Amino acid sequence: MNYRGPQRVRIDEKPEPKILHPQDAIVRVTRSCICGSDLHLYNGNVPDTRVGMTFGHEFIGEVTEIGSEVQKLKVGDMVIVPFNIACGKCHFCKQGLFGNCHESNSQATAVGGIFGYSHTAGGYDGGQAEYVRVPYADVGPTVIPEGMDPDDAVLLTDVVPTGYQAAEMGGIQKGDTVVIFGAGPIGIMAARCSWLFGAGRVIVIDKLEYRLEFVRNYANCEAYNYEEMDDPVLFVKKTTDWMGADVCIDAVGAEASGNLMQTITGRKLLLQAGSATAVHWAVNSLKKGGILSIVGVYGPTDNLVPIGNVVNKGITIRANQASVKRLLPRLIDHVQNGVINPKPLITHRVPLEDIADAYHIFSEKLDNCIKPVLIPPSAR
Amino acid sequence: MENKTPKDYSHIKDWGIDADLKNDPTYPMKHRTDAEQEGYSWERPTQQDINIEVLHSNERPNVTAVFGTSMPPSGLSGMIRRFAFKHSENSYLHWLPLLMADRVNVVEGVIEDFAHGKVPNIFAEKGWKADWEHNRSGLIQKVGVMALVTTAAVLLLTRKKSD
Repeated sequence: MNYRGPQRVRIDEKPEPKILHPQDAIVRVTRSCICGSDLHLYNGNVPDTRVGMTFGHEFIGEVTEIGSEVQKLKVGDMVIVPFNIACGKCHFCKQGLFGNCHESNSQATAVGGIFGYSHTAGGYDGGQAEYVRVPYADVGPTVIPEGMDPDDAVLLTDVVPTGYQAAEMGGIQKGDTVVIFGAGPIGIMAARCSWLFGAGRVIVIDKLEYRLEFVRNYANCEAYNYEEMDDPVLFVKKTTDWMGADVCIDAVGAEASGNLMQTITGRKLLLQAGSATAVHWAVNSLKKGGILSIVGVYGPTDNLVPIGNVVNKGITIRANQASVKRLLPRLIDHVQNGVINPKPLITHRVPLEDIADAYHIFSEKLDNCIKPVLIPPSAR
Repeated sequence: MENKTPKDYSHIKDWGIDADLKNDPTYPMKHRTDAEQEGYSWERPTQQDINIEVLHSNERPNVTAVFGTSMPPSGLSGMIRRFAFKHSENSYLHWLPLLMADRVNVVEGVIEDFAHGKVPNIFAEKGWKADWEHNRSGLIQKVGVMALVTTAAVLLLTRKKSD
């Protein structure tokens, strides 16, 4: 995959990656996904996204080469590769904050390294390719348990942990009403996981009817179309007996629609770091003393959000990139025990060579697309 | 400038009597240790050889132990990026030039394609084949609008010339 500019990608031959550090591994990709957050790159909204870069932070594959210091992996292992690159040694990794590693991203201190996610996230080529260089191979990559479906495994690199952590950061107490903005893969997974934390009521809000229908069935929750409401915040207030939600989750991020001013200033003119409609609605939908959990991705500059209401309502905001490494053991168990069933989220399996079409289908929500998976020639 | 938090608080009356580890709003995502108060002191991993230009945030003292080698800065966009990295992540002078460099880089990419004898297939790169399969009316409408705008522009320009 080769990024050529906003909404322009293509397939090109690039040199195979090499071991550049003793803790590196080279992985032959067998599945990679396009993530909703890749669309921020695709649309040119993330600063320092350089032409020629390969995207892709959700991938699994086979280890084909290891560096001299790698001890836990061997050639031939099939591995889940977490989207965040973590050293395992810095203060932040030692605290379980593997998404905030301080030894993997020179270009920015606000985020750790992420595969294929611009130079603002470290400048690493990503997994929408046949081969990838994977740094700190003893820390992040996890051997895929025998018998696990590769479609389940690839969704453990980001979608499942991010959805799970969204619910976890919500600090959900038994009986809480949880409102999730966004019925994309992360919102769908957050809805499923909210039940695991004891939610009493789970409500998902989006505008795409086919996704609302999916999440209703998949997560056994309520799902509503904001285009059929006068005001989504008023809707939440009314449906919670005028109190508001205990927990709101922003599972949308910078590409949100639903508010003309946010769309123009955030997505069209780039005067904000993306459209903050979901945060705006979430803050105003919360009960006083409620918790806002943000996993939607925004750019590094500023956004228009009602911070005064955060103060006046005593809202706690919790946000982070998912700490995939920390969560993987628990989530692998959940998948193996049938508690979480990720595979149905995949709606499109696309040859890697057709990546431009896959991005366009996903970006424009064509053909009822929820999650596209790219399959390289060697894995078919 | 030495500015470390003291470890002995005995001189502060009642220090920490109401401390509650579980009242950390990041709990349980963050497992608190004492190490975080010690600054930049962990045993660093082996340093990857720095044999390409790596721009690093001026909010950190060094290049990270590993780094990506995807696209080192080059050309006019590279000059703009070098300027941007003189300013902290707190400054618009960091982020706005980077966005500008990204746009300049797109033009550089097209020039580079032509220089290598490659004509970029914009329609394929934009994935419009998928539109033909799944959104044909939308595609026809999009092409129609583009044709209309182009025709209007050509007419306008030729009229000005003939005037």
